[in-house]
Amino acid sequence: MGKRIRVLIAKPGLDGHDRGAKVVARALRDAGMEVIYTGLRQTPEMIVEAALQEDVDAVGLSILSGAHMTLVPRVVEGLREAGLDHVKVFVGGIIPDEDVPALRSAGVEEIFGPGTSTFSIVEAVRRAVGEE
Amino acid sequence: MDLVPNVLNGDRRALARLISLIEDDGPPARAALAVLYSYTGRAHVVGVTGAPGTGKSTLVNELAKGLRARGATVGIVAVDPTSPFTGGALLGDRVRMRDLAGDPGIFIRSMATRGSLGGLARATGDAVKVLDAAGFSVVLVETVGVGQAEVDIARTAHTTIVVEAPGLGDDVQALKAGLMEIADVLVVNKADRPGAAQTVRALEVALDLGRNSAGHTGATAWRPPVLKTVALDGSGVGEVLEAIAAHRAYLQASGLWDRRERERAREDLLRALEGELFSHLLCEVGEKELEDWVDRLVRRETDVYTAVQALMGRCFVST
Repeated sequence: MGKRIRVLIAKPGLDGHDRGAKVVARALRDAGMEVIYTGLRQTPEMIVEAALQEDVDAVGLSILSGAHMTLVPRVVEGLREAGLDHVKVFVGGIIPDEDVPALRSAGVEEIFGPGTSTFSIVEAVRRAVGEE
Repeated sequence: MDLVPNVLNGDRRALARLISLIEDDGPPARAALAVLYSYTGRAHVVGVTGAPGTGKSTLVNELAKGLRARGATVGIVAVDPTSPFTGGALLGDRVRMRDLAGDPGIFIRSMATRGSLGGLARATGDAVKVLDAAGFSVVLVETVGVGQAEVDIARTAHTTIVVEAPGLGDDVQALKAGLMEIADVLVVNKADRPGAAQTVRALEVALDLGRNSAGHTGATAWRPPVLKTVALDGSGVGEVLEAIAAHRAYLQASGLWDRRERERAREDLLRALEGELFSHLLCEVGEKELEDWVDRLVRRETDVYTAVQALMGRCFVST
């Protein structure tokens, strides 16, 4: 039994629905990954704790509310403080183009806006965790 | 990377890493388990099983909160199924366990079955041992949503809780073999829904019939209590916690605790042996020869038992 890619899909903040996050979770599952899904209204601290306990390779954050510039750096920073520098962070949702460079320099691997195909998300995760 | 001392010192990152190594199997995991094994045997292992959607995760969340309030530390292993087609899994038990976040006395690990069919993953038993060695006083194991016969949990846990919900079947379901038989505590969750009283009654009747059958006549025999809960608001959970404690006391007073430990050790040994023998056999025989035998089976030139005889003879006479 070989190594499986493990990914945490989380929704930080106060978004009202999680359809997009579920679609992505399902797509990663169908690509053979083990996806830990944590549901709505997670704090950055909860996300870091779950990433640590579940020993994931990547964290996908879904944010629709516009709070990404506050929440995302706190998750990245928290992962670093917990010694989880190797965990790749992805962000999906409603992210204005002008925020993308700042998120990238904060340590986000990739940002996926509306219309991104699930195929390209799967590929990006695989690439980032060093498979294929 | 020396994980074992860190696990014993309560390092949560090391704990998480070690469980991953165990899931992926291999020499490093086995070496670590060999050292950790002498530190195990202290935790009360409590299994929570039942059909999908009966509220296992929500109940585990409430049980863990209650156990914490009573001074226990709690390790949780929550198992969900792996897709037989893609090998992927969606592990969603944490959704119901958000109350437990931020508590250093709790550690939650989601686990995919990776092909195991008995309601647990192959690695579940060893993950429980790691949590036990790390010092958690109670380990809660939540199985996948099970049907009627996935009863591996009874071999892993000291105390098995079977969760039912109203409206899932008539009283004949309660008489069937399998899941009902492994229950040490029966919980009818979602007891605020119609039909809860009938479900409780059907379970009670089934238990009484079993008690009157041969082999269950001893005055000390444990009679599984049937308890009603609404896990969503926590009602009835106190009684479940008391039943768990009472069952532990019963196991210890009756000597059953030691007997179950022995059975578990025996089962662990046999399973490990089975796995090892099988991989040894496959190493000796090789893919090509195996496929040749399959071809001959398809052509009806031989049968399964003759083939097994031939293969076994080749592998074990020579060694």
